[in-house]
Amino acid sequence: MAKENLLYSKDHEWVRREGDTVVIGVTDYAQHELGDVVFVDLPAAGKELKKGDPVANIESVKAVSDVYAPVSGKVIEANAKLNDSPELVNQDPFGEGWIFKMSVEQASELDELMDLKKYEEYLKGIAGE
Amino acid sequence: MNTLPKLIFELSREGKIGVGLNEADVPEEPAVDPELLRRELADFPQLSEVEIVRHYMALAKLNYSVDAGFYPLGSCTMKYNPKINEKLAAAEELQAHPYAPHDLVQGNLEILARLEEWLRELTGLAGFTLAPAAGAHGEFTGMLMVRKYLQEKGDPRRLVLIPDSAHGTNPASAHFAGYDVKEIASSAQGTIGLAELRPHLTPEVAALMMTNPNTLGIFESDIMAVADALHANGSLLYMDGANLNALLGVVRPGDLGVDVMHINLHKTFSTPHGGGGPGSGPVGVAAHLLPYLPVPRVRRQGDGFDVVFDDPRSIGRVKNFYGQFLVIVRALAYLMTLGRENVGRVAEDAVLNANYVRKRLEGLLDLPYKGPSLHEVVFSDSGLPVKTLDIAKRLLDYGIHPFTIYFPLIVHGAMMIEPTESESKETLDDFIAVMGTILREAREDPELLRQAPTRTPVRRLDETLAARKPVLRWRKGESL
Amino acid sequence: MRYLPLTDAEREEMKRVIGIADVSDLFTCIPSGQCRPQLGTLPKALSEPELTALFREFGRRNSFPGYLSFLGAGAYSHFIPEVVSYLSAKGEFLTPYTPYQPEVSQGSLQAIFEYQTMMAMLTGLDVANASLYDGATAAAEAVLLATRRSGRGRVLLAGNLHPEYAAVIRTYVQNLPIELVTVAADKASGRVDAADLGAKLNDATAAVLFQSPNFLGVVEDGRGIAAAAHERKVFVVQVVAEAMSLAYFAAPGDAGVDMAVGEAQSFGLTLGFGGPYLGFMAVREEFMRQMPGRLVGQTRDLDGKRGYVLTLSTREQHIKREKATSNICTNQAWCALRAGMYLAVMGRTGLARAARACHLNAAYFAKLAAKKRSVRVVYERNFFNEVLLEVRKGSAGDLVADLRKKGILAGVPMAWFDPGQKDRLLLAFSEVHDRAAIDRLLDAIGE
Repeated sequence: MAKENLLYSKDHEWVRREGDTVVIGVTDYAQHELGDVVFVDLPAAGKELKKGDPVANIESVKAVSDVYAPVSGKVIEANAKLNDSPELVNQDPFGEGWIFKMSVEQASELDELMDLKKYEEYLKGIAGE
Repeated sequence: MNTLPKLIFELSREGKIGVGLNEADVPEEPAVDPELLRRELADFPQLSEVEIVRHYMALAKLNYSVDAGFYPLGSCTMKYNPKINEKLAAAEELQAHPYAPHDLVQGNLEILARLEEWLRELTGLAGFTLAPAAGAHGEFTGMLMVRKYLQEKGDPRRLVLIPDSAHGTNPASAHFAGYDVKEIASSAQGTIGLAELRPHLTPEVAALMMTNPNTLGIFESDIMAVADALHANGSLLYMDGANLNALLGVVRPGDLGVDVMHINLHKTFSTPHGGGGPGSGPVGVAAHLLPYLPVPRVRRQGDGFDVVFDDPRSIGRVKNFYGQFLVIVRALAYLMTLGRENVGRVAEDAVLNANYVRKRLEGLLDLPYKGPSLHEVVFSDSGLPVKTLDIAKRLLDYGIHPFTIYFPLIVHGAMMIEPTESESKETLDDFIAVMGTILREAREDPELLRQAPTRTPVRRLDETLAARKPVLRWRKGESL
Repeated sequence: MRYLPLTDAEREEMKRVIGIADVSDLFTCIPSGQCRPQLGTLPKALSEPELTALFREFGRRNSFPGYLSFLGAGAYSHFIPEVVSYLSAKGEFLTPYTPYQPEVSQGSLQAIFEYQTMMAMLTGLDVANASLYDGATAAAEAVLLATRRSGRGRVLLAGNLHPEYAAVIRTYVQNLPIELVTVAADKASGRVDAADLGAKLNDATAAVLFQSPNFLGVVEDGRGIAAAAHERKVFVVQVVAEAMSLAYFAAPGDAGVDMAVGEAQSFGLTLGFGGPYLGFMAVREEFMRQMPGRLVGQTRDLDGKRGYVLTLSTREQHIKREKATSNICTNQAWCALRAGMYLAVMGRTGLARAARACHLNAAYFAKLAAKKRSVRVVYERNFFNEVLLEVRKGSAGDLVADLRKKGILAGVPMAWFDPGQKDRLLLAFSEVHDRAAIDRLLDAIGE
């Protein structure tokens, strides 16, 4: 997966454009912070989302983390493979471990996300804290 | 190789019986439509009595307990559980049916009334309910009363403030009472003073839930000013009394401006934890909250006692019957044994023990909050070559139950040590010596700690496997 | 003071190490003027013999033990094998904390795992938790679970739910966006009125809670209720106030129920004047991650050995805080452990025998009481161990008072819960009664 073609949010989610839709997952940094993922609570297709709404829930043994909608739109599909193999989020966060796919209501909302360079700087800022 | 006891189902053999009970001696004339009846419980255990005893004795050997040794689990107050109290609570004459007529259970009603009197005196609060089953249940009960009181004044308000050092039960309880929760940051000293409270004190605030002494073991010295500020704002002060052991007979929360508080009979008042319960979480209130106490309430009437079941302003019923009565029996027995002359000595020795441990370990471990400790002290794993978890697991190898770890959340790698007053100086010295040994091992051979424990019945368990593929029951033919 | 092991010399030594002159120096953080309240009105310390004598005196003021009792209505007298009392009283089981360190808690954890298994078997459902406070709060937690899971806010409560359970549910939801609607009971059958249920089920409804055997003692048609509710995608919760009935009747799960909650005091816990008892909750697997309370799960240690841990803890308050499935922390672990012991000792044969005796004794009483002129047996069939009796003249209270004079606590007057029901009382029977005891009751009632 070419990480440089993705967009990133401050919540450590990555966003991949696929025509009118986007695929969303969490970054390597996020999966590392969470530890071993044991369960992913996935959204139902058709769910209407506003930018910033909690969509899914990633659980490790002793932590829970929300996945937020990076833009407004509708859930198209969730990664059903995660039901049986939540560990994919750890093993392949940018590939097989994707979380859900959604439609994009306003493409301009995507502009508010970071590119890889900005995200890497953002991560450096966190490490320096 | 599995050296652990088998499951009771794996020990079962067709045709064995463990109980001496006859069939009924009335005619066999059931009055039930046959299709309502159940199938036989095919996989239910079948064992003889002696095999059952051996099974549970084998399990008992795998448990650590307060009876076995030091258990400095911070914020849990693992003090000694007196044996006489067990005998008293098991007495046949106390095992009344909860719907027995009140004139036939005057002794039990007196036990309830007497414990309430003790708690009122010790806390300086106007009245108590003994109904809540545990601390969190008490918190919920208390917050329901807060809400009803404010509701009757015209507005239940929206927010409950909770310090970042609080137990997770506080926000959960406030939530189920219908409140939004706002976490407020503790000061650099780990406490909540006016400076921390003020920015959040809006007209939307219903209450502040404050643990005192807080989970760092530090007394909230500004509590009276905080209470005044809350009251001036029309808000209430809820005190989480989980750590009351430090204050017993020393200071009364009711005198400090507290409006409502819960206490834990299974912490402060010596009733056994039972591996996670039953507890009991009585809630005390200042006079203005008395009308909202849950029902039923026991009342002295002349020489006897009766029970009030209906009270129009009450929040209602939070539990069936009268609460955890046999836990209440044990707590009263404990207090009657201490008597007024000894309750204060409990807090003194608990605080003395904690400060002795603090002083002796201060040079070895990082102490992030340096305010005066009461009943417990919280160290961090800063600067250590291993994690708190590794130290905790290594303690198991030395036969000592670890302290509370990773709580409160505001301390990195928290080690929260509460020795309680039950421990002798020899026990504390042993613990301190073991901690010294472990910290030396951590520097010289950190891997030893990361592999610990090795002397326990099982080694570290795979919690990820347990949560990813939950196996929450035995099924025939499925064995891990 | 025997609970305080420090000697004065040791206290001095410790103060010296700490660097204080007096213990009061450790309490200077407390606002001046507030320290050392007067406790003068509290009693002085008692020696162990004095304490024993005092509690014997409390016991003496309880005069119930002299009576033959048929009280039930949510708390039941059952035979408890001595071995259960012996084993459960062991300090290794009674005095640990919650098993946060599983390496030294395998005893409690395995015992609870066995308990969870037996409760799942009894209820015919996939998963049972490690306990809730009691039957009433378990019912309230089921309401919260159903509304959370469904996203719907309306919950139907069957009319013949234990009134204290209904009261606790009302208390729990009073500040939450949950609407409670009562479903009428059919007078003739004592069961949920199917027509009223049908009329009240709708797409906004999260769950229907019904008790079976219900508060009048009658076994409900769980299958019918489940079918009607599931048509509207409404969850079905069976409340069980007398767990012994699970050993007699078809399992809730087999009738199509989604969750079974209730009171398991009957499994080896003494009456104890109402507590501590044992709330249980069993659910289909789809609700597992939404369940309140602790769960013990099986896993392996580093050497591959089988072992047990508390699991799925992300549901709980210490991780999710205000978003947790429940605020419960301390629960009834020891009661669950003891219930597990009880179920193991009773075993397949003993439990079935006790449950059968409960029903046969009640059936024997109902059959003979039905022949009397002074009383009427309201429901002559399809009860478990409780029989609702109606007096033809006067009030149930009069009959209770009359029987008390003859040394019998006849039952719970329904007027306690519903002032309109002056003529009815509920009697409970179990394996602790024999034919002679029931004959004595029948004689005392008269013609």
